[in-house]
Amino acid sequence: MKKVLEGSKAIAEAVKLCRPQVISAYPITPQTHIVEALSRMVAEGQLKAEFINVESEFSAASVILGACAAGSRAYSTTTSQGLLLMVEVLFNLAGMRLPVVLTCTNRSVSAPINIWNDHQDVMTIRDAGLILLFAEDNQEAYDLHFVAYKVGESKEVSLPVVVNMDGFILTHAYEPIEILTQEQVDEFLPPFQPLKKLDPENPATFGMLADPGWYLETRISMQKAMENSKSVLKQVIGEFRQKFGRLAGDLLETYRMEQAKTAFVAMGSMVGTLKDMVDEERDKGNPVGLVKVRSFRPFPEEELREVLGSAEKILVLEKAFSLGLGGILYHELRSALYGLPLSPQISGYVLGLGGRDIPKKSLSKILEDFNKTTPALNFVDAKENILKEHLYV
Amino acid sequence: MFDKEMTEKNSVAPGHNACSGCGLVLAARLVLNAAGKDIIVTTATGCLEVTTTNYPHSAWRVPWIHSLFENSSAVASGIEAALKAQGKADKIKVISQGGDGATADIGMMCLSGMFERGHDILYVCYDNEAYMNTGIQRSSLTPFDASTSTTPFGKYSFGNPTNKKDMPAIAAAHHIPYIATASVAYPQDIEKKVKKALQIKGPKYLQLHAPCPLGWGFKTAYSIKIAKLAVQTGLYPLFEMENGVITSRKKLARVLPVEAYLKEQTRFKHLFVSEDGKKELERIQAMANENIKKFGLA
Ligand SMILES: Cc1ncc(C[n+]2csc(CCOP(=O)(O)OP(=O)(O)O)c2C)c(N)n1
Ligand SMILES: [Mg+2]
Repeated sequence: MKKVLEGSKAIAEAVKLCRPQVISAYPITPQTHIVEALSRMVAEGQLKAEFINVESEFSAASVILGACAAGSRAYSTTTSQGLLLMVEVLFNLAGMRLPVVLTCTNRSVSAPINIWNDHQDVMTIRDAGLILLFAEDNQEAYDLHFVAYKVGESKEVSLPVVVNMDGFILTHAYEPIEILTQEQVDEFLPPFQPLKKLDPENPATFGMLADPGWYLETRISMQKAMENSKSVLKQVIGEFRQKFGRLAGDLLETYRMEQAKTAFVAMGSMVGTLKDMVDEERDKGNPVGLVKVRSFRPFPEEELREVLGSAEKILVLEKAFSLGLGGILYHELRSALYGLPLSPQISGYVLGLGGRDIPKKSLSKILEDFNKTTPALNFVDAKENILKEHLYV
Repeated sequence: MFDKEMTEKNSVAPGHNACSGCGLVLAARLVLNAAGKDIIVTTATGCLEVTTTNYPHSAWRVPWIHSLFENSSAVASGIEAALKAQGKADKIKVISQGGDGATADIGMMCLSGMFERGHDILYVCYDNEAYMNTGIQRSSLTPFDASTSTTPFGKYSFGNPTNKKDMPAIAAAHHIPYIATASVAYPQDIEKKVKKALQIKGPKYLQLHAPCPLGWGFKTAYSIKIAKLAVQTGLYPLFEMENGVITSRKKLARVLPVEAYLKEQTRFKHLFVSEDGKKELERIQAMANENIKKFGLA
């Protein structure tokens, strides 16, 4: 059944269907509509869950940590400064292998303060041991929440999962969403069966001190869990597709990559715009294709080598970068493709920061200019006059 | 006491690696033994956690979790919420523990949230009056004039320049139903207070004075003696507050001068070497007098 829903409302509906027992969150734009919708559901008795209104994101993350350790399915959502305030707890959740799910409604980070979309917030936690999934549109964001719980909670993985969706662009957009019924979700997602939990009948200790003789192995086991999560993601996404007919691809989704000589690589909502561009280029006879990275962690290295192995030119478009280095996806992709026999040209483009528009015109220009240069770090639509007249450089 | 049956009943098992004479681990054992087995315990980073959970060994015979330095109370809040959702909240009690630093400094925001939201949790602050785990740096519960590694006495310093933060008063400002102070020197009193607290629904705050031989500078055999002196001088008043009203206080049969407590500890020894030190001692005596008056201890 299709329903026209605001992105945030759709996420709240998905979360409700996952039957979390404990929800804790702290309001921050553009995530607020999700928590507001969830608290209404709890207040109306449509969702049986403990909704804990906390004094900060730091406590929100800590509350779901405690709830998950006690054996309950738990949920939170945040973005930007809120995600940064959670960072210490997020590392901890991963280290304790607690499979909570968070929605990150991606937003830039301060200073200067800016409430609009980019992906800089979540890049802060790329090394923390959380599975990071990116949605292109609200339907995918909706669907990925069911996948997130199932993958995170699987015994071979047992890691927290973050579903990323672009702030405002998706959270505040109304789109028709194909919704699932409770029966469908219950059949797809069984109740949470923790590997161990806090229980007086069987007292376990969580969060121990590991000295140099033990610590390394705990990190290796997390890396193994991340590696396992690749096949679990593939399997769970495959099952979802089979049951509900959605979610093309798995860790990656390819679009018109047949015989593509030029490929875009991107994540999140800009993929929609890029798909239109690819269609236009194909109509003109240009062999252009697109690779969407759905799973940024685990990073699909082999899968990228496979789908990009015969491309000659690759354009990596991203909404974040590492100050002092350059594009993050760009550098990770380059390293993934290192040593390929064809050795494609790869360029990195940083765009859409702090919510700046990404007009199709600018994307066409990138493609046009690509033959002249292959820049490692290119800021799309940067305004020279602002740089010269207003800022220290 | 090496009675085998006795040790096997302890919720904190022997075999931890706390220093000998550690008031903190003794206090924790007294608290948890009083609480019984149907509990889940959270603990902040600090000496209590570090000395009891050296991987792969754990001294805890009750379900126990350590997450971070500042979130013991918030993790406990999540556990309590989960127990409610699972319909087990009446059977299993949640106890949240932290040191004085974890409680009164870095974990204050989370703790205030836990109080204000009304969770059914007993929070226990083990007050050894400094950051012991990281090497005896001051906390906001370090007493006035104590020499610590970040407030050392010296030519221009008498040690910690600030007064001990009044945590029970801060807890009271949240209008929680039960607040108490206790001391490791009075085990029966601890047991009574823990049992009583666990009968009461809502957030409870227990602050427990726990001497640290290494950090305060006294012989390991004197932990109990020192703890007792803190009470007997009026510097660590023991009381209970229920619904905003003081309902009990430990009366002092004979009030001792503060010197009796201070002179036993290296952290205060600089107060006894100069004329100026005498003035400082007078200020500390005035604080004790104030406590005695305020709580009606004499
Ligand atoms: C965010 C953070 N800051 C600092 C530390 C370092 N640290 C660990 S324990 C501790 C002091 C603990 O003091 P207290 O809470 O009084 O407990 P004690 O060890 O004295 O029992 C400090 C500063 C940390 N683990 N985390
Ligand atoms: Mg301390």
